[in-house]
Amino acid sequence: MKSLRKYLDSVKPNFEKGGKYEKFSQTFEAFESFLYAPGTTNQGGVHVRDGVDLKRVISMVILALIPAAIFGIWNTGYQHYQMLGLEQSFWCNFWYGLTIFVPMMIVSYVVGLGIEFATAEIRHEQVNEGFLATGLLIPLVMPADVPLWMVAVATAFSVIFAKEVFGGTGMNIWNPALVARAFLFFAYPSKMSGDAVWYGEGEAVDGFTGATALSLANSNMELATSKYDFWNAFIGYMPGSIGETSALCILIGGVFLLLTGVASWKTMLSVFVGGGLTAFLFNQFGPATGIAQLPWYMHLVYGGFCFGAVFMATDPVTSCRTEAGKYIFGLLVGFVAILVRVLNPGYPEGMMLAILFMNTLAPTIDYFIVDRNISKRRKRALKTA
Amino acid sequence: MSELFSKQNKEAFWQPLGKNNPVTVQVLGICSALAVTAQLKPALVMGIAVTIIVAFANVIISLIRNTIPMRIRIIVQLVVVATLVTIVNQILKAFVYDVSKELSVYVGLIITNCILMGRLEAFAMMNKPWPSFLDGLGNGLGYAKILIIVGFFRELLGSGTLLGFNVLNYECLQNIGYMNNGMMLMPAMALIVVACIIWWQRAHDKDLQEK
Repeated sequence: MKSLRKYLDSVKPNFEKGGKYEKFSQTFEAFESFLYAPGTTNQGGVHVRDGVDLKRVISMVILALIPAAIFGIWNTGYQHYQMLGLEQSFWCNFWYGLTIFVPMMIVSYVVGLGIEFATAEIRHEQVNEGFLATGLLIPLVMPADVPLWMVAVATAFSVIFAKEVFGGTGMNIWNPALVARAFLFFAYPSKMSGDAVWYGEGEAVDGFTGATALSLANSNMELATSKYDFWNAFIGYMPGSIGETSALCILIGGVFLLLTGVASWKTMLSVFVGGGLTAFLFNQFGPATGIAQLPWYMHLVYGGFCFGAVFMATDPVTSCRTEAGKYIFGLLVGFVAILVRVLNPGYPEGMMLAILFMNTLAPTIDYFIVDRNISKRRKRALKTA
Repeated sequence: MSELFSKQNKEAFWQPLGKNNPVTVQVLGICSALAVTAQLKPALVMGIAVTIIVAFANVIISLIRNTIPMRIRIIVQLVVVATLVTIVNQILKAFVYDVSKELSVYVGLIITNCILMGRLEAFAMMNKPWPSFLDGLGNGLGYAKILIIVGFFRELLGSGTLLGFNVLNYECLQNIGYMNNGMMLMPAMALIVVACIIWWQRAHDKDLQEK
């Protein structure tokens, strides 16, 4: 370890002002502070209130994603060999999943961090850790078949147009990982949705249908609920984007996020309540289509509902910041997601669109909550005066 | 001759092509820039149509500017513009029917294009016919320029063609996994392409950057 420190000290002058690689000073700074605690302390009036900084929050999110990621990697292999009509060992499934997931993750990290470092150098700002979570979320919300160059294009699009143009981490309006997914969803729909994109390459055995639980429910609800019953769907034995299938693993991560205080239980709970309630109302009074009659508890475990509720809607940057706003935000995310699923047969899954839509509205909700609070307090002050 | 191309007149023509572009700097005429640019050909035709209409509307209004009563000047301007738009629309229908079908209502909607009323109000009402003509020509071409750039990228990346000719739809490209970007055909992406042009222009022109 000492030799590493020595090496860093020996190359440091090159990156300081006037040095040979002055242009890469932020890159050097990022690596140095990643490896070692910075040697300088804050000067002047600082307002540190908590030991939890961005680095720690992002690390918590990454830890929380690990169960879902591991299950997703295994499930990708499992679904692949199901399509081929083979039963394989646990490690065989896992290994196949790794060959799909790891390249995607590397591409998303290399492209995303590359752009982050470049903008940091251009703006003379420090690189921050925000992308580390996004870079892991992006491959988790992709189907197994998506080509790597599409992952690269989508990552570049979302980092530039959804994040950096607004001012970088913490300033973005939309969740960057979802923007990447939405971009691919609209740009290359044949690679992002349908029945054939969830399994990796290979010839399917006769009689194999690749429809996801939700698109199956769209056409034939009984078949969907018998093929993917509640517990199978809860544990995650179904086709879908890599990380979204296992409600169980996602909830483990969700509990971890709640215990560490990174995510808000208000948002998370109200997404489930909003979605469950809307689906329940559709069950009672909705049209006679399969997806409207799909039991409400199945809506919550099918598709990306859980993943969106736990990891996407709770993003502290893009959701509401006022406490009352979090309830409204969550309820509406659940409501819109089920609404899209049920009423638009063109989009079997509505969670992504619902969260992006509510991200757009979140500042407005916050504005009205704050406004109401101000007028309430003014009234109270006038009464006592 | 020197008077015809004086510095002022030259500026009236060149400014809107660059520093004072109606689309990227004044942010006028955005609607049609989004609506007709999914293919290059309609973008081109639209650009030419608007150029002709702005130039001649400017000349006509400039010629009668001293006789127009101030109170009803907007109506007079509208009549002139509407006449020219109708003429252009009929010509398009007669000679390039398929393009006119593609442009559909957007030719008629040139009447409501902010660039037209803006130039008539701001320039033609207080300038002589020749500078007005140059100003109209410059603004029309400035608009057409942006439409063509946007149309170029949208058609190339969205459909893999240019002016209908195949550029990217080859089997060897598809075999290595290339696909046309469907989002480029949606108006949302036109907005982002326009935004990129504005970004590029502001990054290169110090005068346009807000302090």
